[in-house]
Amino acid sequence: MDADIVCVGFGPATGGFLTTLSRGLAKSDGSPAFENRISPGSPLQVVCYERSDDLGYGVSGVVSRARSLKASFPNGEFSQLPFYSPVTEEKVLYLLDPGKASRRPSLMRAADAILKRLPGAVTDGAFALPYVPPYLHKKDGMVFSLGQFNQWVGSQLMASGLVQLWPGTPVARALFEDGKVVGIRLADQGVDKEGRPAAGFLPGMDIRAGLTVVGDGPVGPIGRQLDMHFGMPPGHAAYEWALGMKVVVDLPADTSLKAGTVLHTMGYPEPEIFGFLYVYPGNVATGGIFVPSWFDNPARTSYRYLQHWMQHPALWKHLKGASLRSWGAKSLQESGLRGEPYLVGNGFARIGEGSGSTNVLTNSGVDEAWETGAQLAEGVLELLREKKTFTKTDLEQTYVRRRRQSWVYREGQMAEKARDGFQKGFVQGVAGMLISGLTGGFLGWPGRPLAPYERIPSLADFYRGRLTEEEIDEIRKNCQLTGQSLHDALMDRVGWPPVELDGHLLVSHQDALLVGGKVQATPGFADHVVVLKPQLCKVCDRRLCVDMCSGQALGVAEDGEIRFDREKCVHCGACLWNCAKLIDALTGRSNLDFGAGAGGLHSAEN
Amino acid sequence: MAFFHIVVCGGLVPDPLQTLEPVSGPAGWSLKNESLLPSILDPWAANALYEADALAKANPGSKVWLASAAPKVKLQQVLMALAQKAPFELLPVDAPAGGFTDAVECALALAGAVQSIEGLDRSRLLLFGGWESASRGAGATLSVLGEKLGLTEQFQGVDKLTVDGDGSLEILERVEGGKHQVSVLSSPPAVLGWATGGRAEPPNNPQIGMANMRALMPSLQKARAAKLPGDGLTLKSVSLPRQKRNTQVVKDMPVEQIAVEIVEWIKKKP
Repeated sequence: MDADIVCVGFGPATGGFLTTLSRGLAKSDGSPAFENRISPGSPLQVVCYERSDDLGYGVSGVVSRARSLKASFPNGEFSQLPFYSPVTEEKVLYLLDPGKASRRPSLMRAADAILKRLPGAVTDGAFALPYVPPYLHKKDGMVFSLGQFNQWVGSQLMASGLVQLWPGTPVARALFEDGKVVGIRLADQGVDKEGRPAAGFLPGMDIRAGLTVVGDGPVGPIGRQLDMHFGMPPGHAAYEWALGMKVVVDLPADTSLKAGTVLHTMGYPEPEIFGFLYVYPGNVATGGIFVPSWFDNPARTSYRYLQHWMQHPALWKHLKGASLRSWGAKSLQESGLRGEPYLVGNGFARIGEGSGSTNVLTNSGVDEAWETGAQLAEGVLELLREKKTFTKTDLEQTYVRRRRQSWVYREGQMAEKARDGFQKGFVQGVAGMLISGLTGGFLGWPGRPLAPYERIPSLADFYRGRLTEEEIDEIRKNCQLTGQSLHDALMDRVGWPPVELDGHLLVSHQDALLVGGKVQATPGFADHVVVLKPQLCKVCDRRLCVDMCSGQALGVAEDGEIRFDREKCVHCGACLWNCAKLIDALTGRSNLDFGAGAGGLHSAEN
Repeated sequence: MAFFHIVVCGGLVPDPLQTLEPVSGPAGWSLKNESLLPSILDPWAANALYEADALAKANPGSKVWLASAAPKVKLQQVLMALAQKAPFELLPVDAPAGGFTDAVECALALAGAVQSIEGLDRSRLLLFGGWESASRGAGATLSVLGEKLGLTEQFQGVDKLTVDGDGSLEILERVEGGKHQVSVLSSPPAVLGWATGGRAEPPNNPQIGMANMRALMPSLQKARAAKLPGDGLTLKSVSLPRQKRNTQVVKDMPVEQIAVEIVEWIKKKP
């Protein structure tokens, strides 16, 4: 099948691309501005394939200055979203450890002790920074639900009749011919979990297009396939990652939180874990944590830490009595500009988070992603008007030129060194961000980013001084016998209190999936998480992929192999960067492959 | 083989997976944030559509229409999920669809849409739909619509339709006591309210989708509006089932063990 432009993935980047593009596809009298290259006389054919079952199932905890969004919607049309509010108040909270289980370096312990002695400095176990650093500040910004926003943008686009959006249609691979991307192949349908034809088999169709727009996010299979095929630009690599896990909650009726309140947190439950709480209208709030790849816990996890984070006194005073509406998780590519791939080539262009647009200093990604999409659309319209094709040179002179001249690139450069200090430790990291922010990126705390698989220590090293190797072995054996997760058992042993489930907000991980994430697995698709060399998993002593799996979809079978349960997968992609076994040093490919699959989260509120 | 003109009546319902909050306002009951709640084609009606698609494929010259009364923006959203699955023409009625509409008003609006079909051969008409609705379970719209169109041969709870060699229709219909009744109809027109049917959800076929959309979006733009004010209908209260969950997801557990666990759980309830 042929199209003029085919897009892979529908998120803020593709939303920005299609919104900007569609405004240029019709003349003022409503007639098509450009012709289909296959059928002259008919309008340009623009299609977008999204793997999840609806356009509104994206995940993000969005607080944004929204410069690009406001430029695209100057009348503030998005304010009609139910979960939207201008930012009214913003604070950065340094959370002290209310117990004794948090691993805090001695400098932090000393700071905690000093803060506790300062009269009035600590309230509910938290110290509110006297000011929000300007690089972090979301002045004149807004909080909103990404799911609702994507759905609203999709509606606008569909109503225009100028583009076609197809959710529930994963893209399996890019098509190459003579070094050029000539389109995509959709995933096979009607197959069993191994991908063998079954009832209703429909082989993945080829969609050939003059331009393939890749906006499938940080762990999207097409973006990664292009990285494998073309390699990364010299000196570029996506080494730094984080897993963002969030909830959307109904706050208690008597909450004191006002819509538009923004809280950034740091310091707890572990120093490496940052958090956020944003308040929507109608007594609804969203909150969550980020677990980074440089948190060197070989049994790191997210859900348990999220529960401890919510129960910190500074947050629990707001969240006690709240109930879960929604839950979700996603991987974040946190290398920023250093993780930028080749943005264009013959027949393709990359936009959004997978193209390295996220700013790790300002903690902002949605607006940047939207802007890159809008820039590409402007470039494409320029090429269409000049009747040019989508060659690498043409795309460089239009799209890449715009991107290099924009605030996204300029601020990306400022953020480039901002997080290097975290390679050395939490205190150095925070200091490095501050230095970087205040010097416009000129200075930072030195540190060389390592790939996640290069920096995962052994459990014995991580728990040295807290647990002996014998104790760790005993815990591991018990977990294998009982099926308990290793991270839970280890956290219990080193003093993390048990989480008392209340059935409303503090629910089991599986209930968070079912009630909050509404996770579904569309039948007829193959497993999209595949272990490439099962033998390697049998001898792996880390199995961080299992601990970090947001949906508990990965587990260890009796034979020691890793088993995948598609029905629980939320497609966060954490397994991809939490695999400790490298199988290809040249490409950095690990032993887990994360491909195209339908289903996953079905909550439209994340 | 004879052709059929199959009109599938399918309402949209809020995706039951979402957080649904009924709220009462001056205009009556609705769902909180309804405009941005994802919708789906009523699952019973979806079965009917897939059966219609299979019947049309097996009987060349047949044609399928989908008549639906729902807000345009919702129809548009559902088309994204549906239009790759089966070829059909759309008969849209721009109307509320939150589950609080009156079956008679809805049937009247749909009757107008069906009567507006150009070239519809009434002698070959099969009016398909769901025998129930996932929104409020009234299940009356299709019956009323059939009556308004003068279609007196009505079958509800249909699980199977077979076209015999002489063109007659053999219909397997659910009746009381978990049994089926077999009826033979010499020829259309007829109303068939489908139960689960026997068709799996078709895969997404991009070619069908692209061809469908060329006609569906212009049809949608021309949707006739219907208010469905609910005159004479009073909903005294609306509530959702209360739930408190503590789920465990297990695989390959013998049914006997599941039953034992459920019995133990029930015994623990106060």
